[in-house]
Amino acid sequence: MTSELIIEAVGLQKHFGATKALQGVDLAVRRGTVLGVLGPNGAGKTTVVRILSTLLTPDAGSARIAGYDVVRDAEKVRQKIGLTGQYASVDEDLTGRQNLELFGTLLELGRAGSRKRATELLEWFDLSDAANRVAKTYSGGMRRRLDLAASLVGSPDVIFLDEPTTGLDPSKREDMWDVVRQLVSNGSTVLLTTQYLEEADALADEITVIDHGRVIAHDTPEGLKRVVGGLTLEVRPAEPGDLPRAAEILTKVSSGTKADEIRRGVLAVPVADDSAMTEAVSWLAAAKIPVTELSLHLPSLDEVFFTLTGPKSNTKKEEVAV
Amino acid sequence: MVSLAIAPSPRPLRLVRHSFALAKRSLIKTWRTPEALIDVTLQPVLFLVLFVYIFGGAISGNTHDYLQFLLPGILAQTIATGCISIGVNLNTDMEKGIFDRFRSLPIPRAAPLLGAVLGDIVRYVIVTAVTVGFGYILGFRVTTNFFEALAGCALAVLFALCLSWMPVFVGMKVRTPGAVQGMMFALILPLSFASSVFVSPTTLPGWMQAFVKVNPLTHLVGAMRGLFLGTPIGNHIWWTLAWCAGFVVVFMPLALRAYRKKV
Repeated sequence: MTSELIIEAVGLQKHFGATKALQGVDLAVRRGTVLGVLGPNGAGKTTVVRILSTLLTPDAGSARIAGYDVVRDAEKVRQKIGLTGQYASVDEDLTGRQNLELFGTLLELGRAGSRKRATELLEWFDLSDAANRVAKTYSGGMRRRLDLAASLVGSPDVIFLDEPTTGLDPSKREDMWDVVRQLVSNGSTVLLTTQYLEEADALADEITVIDHGRVIAHDTPEGLKRVVGGLTLEVRPAEPGDLPRAAEILTKVSSGTKADEIRRGVLAVPVADDSAMTEAVSWLAAAKIPVTELSLHLPSLDEVFFTLTGPKSNTKKEEVAV
Repeated sequence: MVSLAIAPSPRPLRLVRHSFALAKRSLIKTWRTPEALIDVTLQPVLFLVLFVYIFGGAISGNTHDYLQFLLPGILAQTIATGCISIGVNLNTDMEKGIFDRFRSLPIPRAAPLLGAVLGDIVRYVIVTAVTVGFGYILGFRVTTNFFEALAGCALAVLFALCLSWMPVFVGMKVRTPGAVQGMMFALILPLSFASSVFVSPTTLPGWMQAFVKVNPLTHLVGAMRGLFLGTPIGNHIWWTLAWCAGFVVVFMPLALRAYRKKV
C-alpha cells in the first residue's frame, strides 16, 4: 500500500452571496483509506463534497482527485468518482434495475455490460427482489442502498458519501457501515461526511472536523477521542438508594475520576476503553446492585465542538442551526 | 477494485448515444404517468368540440367549413402549449438529486437536456395523431394527399421540438414549476390567439395584423393549411423553418448556459 494522496484540497473557499460557506479548507486523503468529514449542519460539509465532485467551482483554492484538477480536468475527475448525495439521487419513476442500467449506458459499459453490472449491484445491495419495482415504492433504507449502488456502477476509485446514514434507523445504519467497509477492502477510497462522531469513529481512518467553513481539527479517531475525552460510561441503578455505592464502584472503574449524577438517577464517569463496561458489570453484580441501564457513549458532536472550539463558538453554532 | 477502462469515443457520437439513453428515461416516465398526457390528448379534443360547435356557425356559416379551417390551427395551438410541460418537468427534476448525479458523470453536459427534448417527440406525435384522428371523426377531411398531410404533421412536430428550447430555458431560469407554467402560458396565449389559428386575420385592426404577420404560429398554421387543404401556401413553410432555426439558435445555447450555471 502506497501512501499516495488521492484527494488533495488546498485552501478551498466558497461564498454564496454574503454567506461564507468555506473559508479555506484543506483536506488530504490517502488511497484506500476513509476520511470522515465531521461537522454540524451548515458547517460546509456538503459544499466540500460538491466542489470535490465537480458540481461547484471554488472561489479560491484548488483540489485534485487522482492527480486531476477538479476545475480544469473536471471530465477526467468525473471518470474517477462516485457520488452519493444527502438525498437519494435516483430517478423515482424508474425501477431499480432501469436506474442502474441507465447509469451503465451513460458510463459506456454497453448494453450487456450495463445489465451485468446492474445484476451484480442489485445482488450486492440485497435489492434483487425489488429490481423491477419503481424506486418510488422503495423504503428509505432500500432507496439509500439503490442510491449508493448507482454511484458504484462505474467502479469508481473515489467514492463520496454525503451523510450516508442520516435518517436511517440504527440497524440500517450498521448495514450501511458494512457496505462502506467492503468498499474499502475492495480498494476504493471513501470520503464520507457525517454529523456523528460514532460513525466517523466506526469507519474512518482519519477525521477532519469542520465548523463554519474551517477545519478545526484533523486527527485519527483515537487522537480525536484523546482530545475530546473518549468514552463515557452511564449507569442507572434500579434503586435510587444504591446511587452512592454504585458511584463508588464507577469511580474505581474509571481509576479515580469521581462519578457524576448527570441526570436524575443516572451516573456517568469517563473511562479509557470498552473493557470498562465488563469491569463495571462484574463489580456491580458482585456488590448486588441491580441496574436498569448501562451504556457506553462516545462524546456527542456538541461535546466534540464544545471541547474543540470552546463555549463561545458553541453558542454561535446553535444560532446557525436555528 | 480494478477501474473499468472507459474508452472515450468521439464526442458527438457520445452526445447522441447519451441523449438517446436519457430520452428513453423520459419515455419510461411518460409511460408511468399517463395523466401527464392530458394536455396533449384531452385538450385538443375539448378545443375542437367547443370551438367548432360554439363559434363555427357564427364565423364560417356552418360547422363543417369552420372545422376544416380550425383543425390545423388547433393542432398548432396544442403543440405550442404542449411544449410548456417540458420546462415544468425539468424545473421539478432539477430540485431532485438526479440532476446532481448527471452532472457528476463523465457525460456531455448537454445530454440530459437534449434527452428530455428528444423524449418529448412522443408527446408531439400523440397530440398530432389525436387532433387529426378526432378531427376525422368530426368530419375533417384532408383535400390534398397523404404525403402532403404527413409533411404537415412532421412540420408541426419539428416546430414543437425547436420551440421547446424556450420553455427549457425558462425552466432553467425560473425558481418554481408554477412560475414556469405561468410565464410560458403568458407567452403562448397571445401567440395562439393573435394569429390565424381561430379566424382569418383580415378583420383585425392594423397594428394587430402586423403582429399576426410575423407570429410564428401564423406561419405554421398557414403551412399546415396549405399541406392539408391545398390553400395558397406562399412562404409559410420557409418562414416556419426560419422560426424553428431561430428558436434553436437563440434558446438552446441560453438553456445550456443556464443549466451549467445552475447550482
